[in-house]
Amino acid sequence: MTAIPLPEPIVTPWTLPRRGPVGMLLFIVAEIAIFGVFVTTYLYYIGRSLTGPTPAEVLHFPVAMTVSLLSSSLTIHQATRALRRGATARFLGFWLATILLGAGFLLGTAREWHELIYEHHLTLRTNLFGTTYYALVGLHASHVVAGMLLLLIVATFGLAGRVRPEHVERTDVVSIYWHFVDVVWIVVVSVVYVIGR
Amino acid sequence: MVGLALGALALQATDTVSSIFAPVSTPAMKEADLSKLVLVLSAIVFVLVGGLIAYNLVHFRAPAGDQRTEPPQVYGSAQVEAAWTVVPLLIIVVLMLATARVIHEVQAAPQPPNAVEVTLIGRQWWWEIRYPKLGVVTANEIHIPVSDSTVRRPTWLTLESADVSHSFWIPRLAGKTDVIPNRTNRTWVEPFATGTYLGQCAEYCGTQHAHMLLRVVVETPEQFARWVEQQRKAPAVDPAVEQGRRTFLGTACISCHTVAGTVANGRYGPDLTHLMARATLGAGVAPNTREKLRAWVKNPDDLKRGALMPAMQLDDEQLDQLVDYLLTLR
Amino acid sequence: MTTTKFPLTADTDEGVPSVLDRIHEWVVTVDHKRLGIMYIVMALGFLVIGGIEATLMRLQLAVPDAHFISPQVFNTLFTMHGTTMVFLMGMPILAGFANYLIPLQIGARDLAFPRLNSFAFWITCFGGLLLYSSYITAPALYGGAAAPDFGWFGYAPLTEPTYSRGNAADYWIIGLIIVGFGSIAGAVNVATTILTMRTEGMTLGRMPLFTWITLVVQCMILIAVSPLTAALILLFLDRSLGAHFFDTQAGGSAVLWRHFFWFFGHPEVYVLMLPGFGFVSEIIPVFSRKVIFGYPAMVAATVGIGFISLSVWAHHMFAVGMSPAANTFFAISTGLVAIPTGIKIFNWLGTMWGGQIRMKTPMLFCIGFLFQFLCAGITGVIQATVPFDWQLTETYFVVAHFHFVLVGGLLFTIFAAIYYWFPKVTGRMLSERVGKWHFWLFLIGFNLTFIPQHFAGMLGMPRRVYTFLPERGLEIWNLVSSIGVAFQLAGGACFVWNLIRSYRRGAVAGNDPWDAWTLEWATSSPPAEFNFAKLPVVHSRRPLWDLKHPEDPDWQYE
Repeated sequence: MTAIPLPEPIVTPWTLPRRGPVGMLLFIVAEIAIFGVFVTTYLYYIGRSLTGPTPAEVLHFPVAMTVSLLSSSLTIHQATRALRRGATARFLGFWLATILLGAGFLLGTAREWHELIYEHHLTLRTNLFGTTYYALVGLHASHVVAGMLLLLIVATFGLAGRVRPEHVERTDVVSIYWHFVDVVWIVVVSVVYVIGR
Repeated sequence: MVGLALGALALQATDTVSSIFAPVSTPAMKEADLSKLVLVLSAIVFVLVGGLIAYNLVHFRAPAGDQRTEPPQVYGSAQVEAAWTVVPLLIIVVLMLATARVIHEVQAAPQPPNAVEVTLIGRQWWWEIRYPKLGVVTANEIHIPVSDSTVRRPTWLTLESADVSHSFWIPRLAGKTDVIPNRTNRTWVEPFATGTYLGQCAEYCGTQHAHMLLRVVVETPEQFARWVEQQRKAPAVDPAVEQGRRTFLGTACISCHTVAGTVANGRYGPDLTHLMARATLGAGVAPNTREKLRAWVKNPDDLKRGALMPAMQLDDEQLDQLVDYLLTLR
Repeated sequence: MTTTKFPLTADTDEGVPSVLDRIHEWVVTVDHKRLGIMYIVMALGFLVIGGIEATLMRLQLAVPDAHFISPQVFNTLFTMHGTTMVFLMGMPILAGFANYLIPLQIGARDLAFPRLNSFAFWITCFGGLLLYSSYITAPALYGGAAAPDFGWFGYAPLTEPTYSRGNAADYWIIGLIIVGFGSIAGAVNVATTILTMRTEGMTLGRMPLFTWITLVVQCMILIAVSPLTAALILLFLDRSLGAHFFDTQAGGSAVLWRHFFWFFGHPEVYVLMLPGFGFVSEIIPVFSRKVIFGYPAMVAATVGIGFISLSVWAHHMFAVGMSPAANTFFAISTGLVAIPTGIKIFNWLGTMWGGQIRMKTPMLFCIGFLFQFLCAGITGVIQATVPFDWQLTETYFVVAHFHFVLVGGLLFTIFAAIYYWFPKVTGRMLSERVGKWHFWLFLIGFNLTFIPQHFAGMLGMPRRVYTFLPERGLEIWNLVSSIGVAFQLAGGACFVWNLIRSYRRGAVAGNDPWDAWTLEWATSSPPAEFNFAKLPVVHSRRPLWDLKHPEDPDWQYE
């Protein structure tokens, strides 16, 4: 006995949201809480280092990195739009552009850290600024790396010609994650390079 | 019921029992007064709601035998929901008003100019006690003058930690305040009855948290003045215990302990200048007698497992001489 | 639709599958019912271990100045007891119930992400084993305890490398990070399932209360467990890479750890208790033969508790030295969270009122819960009155309070749930006779152990002490408290005996032994692997009531 007899017909069709995007959005709620702790820690410790160097001395606003990452949000949005309309070649082009821009961001981070470590001798253990800076920026960068992995997996299938419009729910999932990573960067930039300096 | 329990507890307060319902100091008294309101309201709620549950169970129990018809299905009632939302809310409001008032009275109390000032530094697992304005340094035992309704004289404590988090708590004198590294907390007590009041660390701080005891000796102003004077004197040098004194100054003792008037000026362990003026050893783990003192110096781990003071590997003769010397540190 | 035997056997050409085949099936399963059972069995195993740790502690504390257990070992016992009961018993057992019941209650075939489900279970299991391996593999200096010994809340700087030498702390940190990932993965899964896979006609307003409560709890897990994971990462950076997050010597803040921990810790206790409320909200109506009183109010109260509980955390920190304004704010928010909780108790009473109460074992445990949770709620509000809390915090009064919540409250509802749903899971009834022995022994034992602890706290006994001094007025309370353990152990033994015996020889249950009204009772006992041959269509909150009472269906009144 599993069916219940209908006393009256149901008028509206029964549709619920798609699993993939809902799951990713919920996961992002958890991620916001994690980043929240790192951001709160950063803000709390501003100005409390017992020794130098200070943010004002060693940080420069990361223009190129920010432009790179935020543009990648535009390209991934174009990619999923294209896939939804069935333009798989356009989708692939924009998707690969996203990967390139993401890689550019990571390259910029690597250069910045190289300078901080070797020229300014700022590491995780130098002072509270070093501790909180590398933790927050590093947490974000690791999320970019994870995102790049997801993008590369999809790109691999795309280059093999196996991504079709019916897979748009899955690319949407990756896209939501990537947009989240970009929004977090806006927060990180504001906290570290604007407020903190 | 509650009164009975409270009465039973308060009656139990003796020299060695620290009941929070037998306060002798202003903050503790205010807290106990608030607690009476809270406990009475709690008892009323418990009896009422518990009674309703019990009534329900008895009155609406299913009669024996198979029931063919279900009882009337009642889906809810907006009025009833409103009632049992508003009434508890009112109770909470009353409690919170009283709470806010006492918080303010205790935490925002101003420090009068004649207050005794004590700095308490929590350490694993003992208390360093300093009277900065009086030039007194001791350990584990605080002496303060009693206050009087005509001439109020509270004691204000500055709380710091040298290592991990601890908590200062003498139940009959005040509620607890944590002792946290890299943070300075302040609290105050104002006892109106002389006597010795017992407390202990109330924040888990490692192996011997259970034996980080504290005693506060509340004395008349004259007794307190005498104690301060005695604490400020350097101990007399008694030639009879010269051998023990040499052992003390020649062993690693001096790297952790201070004895005024000698080269011993270590800060890691308690100041021993007036060791014998204190009632206990090892932050309350043993009474301060010759026998226990000898056992402590021989191997602190026997009395207080995990204590950070090492056994000094002295032979019996050295040990006896050393203890003879320590006994002169009054 | 066929009724399958429990445990499900694989189809093989060779006939009866071997033991290895059966183990393999369970190891690789992604079926929510099996994973649910695995979570529950694992959690019951940790319940036994945590119970042994507690028994040892109460033996040591039965008399003053006892030398039964050294301070080093005792300190690992209370740390591991707390960590185990919260993370390896409480969270997993509730994840197990959610896993098993949610798809059945909403008319779905499985959770949204079955492989993620399996992943979450196995890493929870692994995290627990990693934590417990510290007893053997984490040497500490001075030959002391190998397992973590700094309390389940791991206050900094006690957990910093200076004060926690050796690797015990690292096992704790990594174990909890891993278990936390499991919780978050499970929460994403269950919440997505509830939001996207409800059967036709089941609007959010027609979900069973257990499902509603589970949805709120999953969202709370996402918001509350994550900060703990983050704080643990920060602590791990301190310990492994020389960071200074909680290093007070470098200007770090010990209080910051407390804020982060309790921002997790307080919602966590509601994460633990709310599913218990969910069980009770299913069981009391069935055993009172009445619909739940005030369904919309119950939902609103649940959501209210969810939100308010995120704003009360610093009531664990009233002695830290926060400003009067901060102390007052947290006092008020704590007092407010009691209101929706009280509303729930009243609604359960309203459900029982005018009903026909059947005193079967599930209902007995719910009744025990009602009285004990009432006590717990009251002692909670007592501690919200800050100045009184300055005396009570960090004492045995708090220990008594939270054991009334988690044992007198949560554990009793877990027992109720097991007695209620065991027939569905296994197809057999648990023995009522043994169940009553279990209930009464446990009720007596629990109260004997934890009521005296209120008094010990009020007489000055702090928590986490491996011994106490004689002549402090504490002897009688501690002795009685320890005696209670014997009764609880006896009750627990009855429970284990009941489970084992009834699994093989219990009365056959049939689909719907309790005459209940939610969708899980429309399946066979145990359900087929696919749950429902044809997904049902529902029109009210009690689809089976509608079927059984076609002349008086619920949808006419909702």
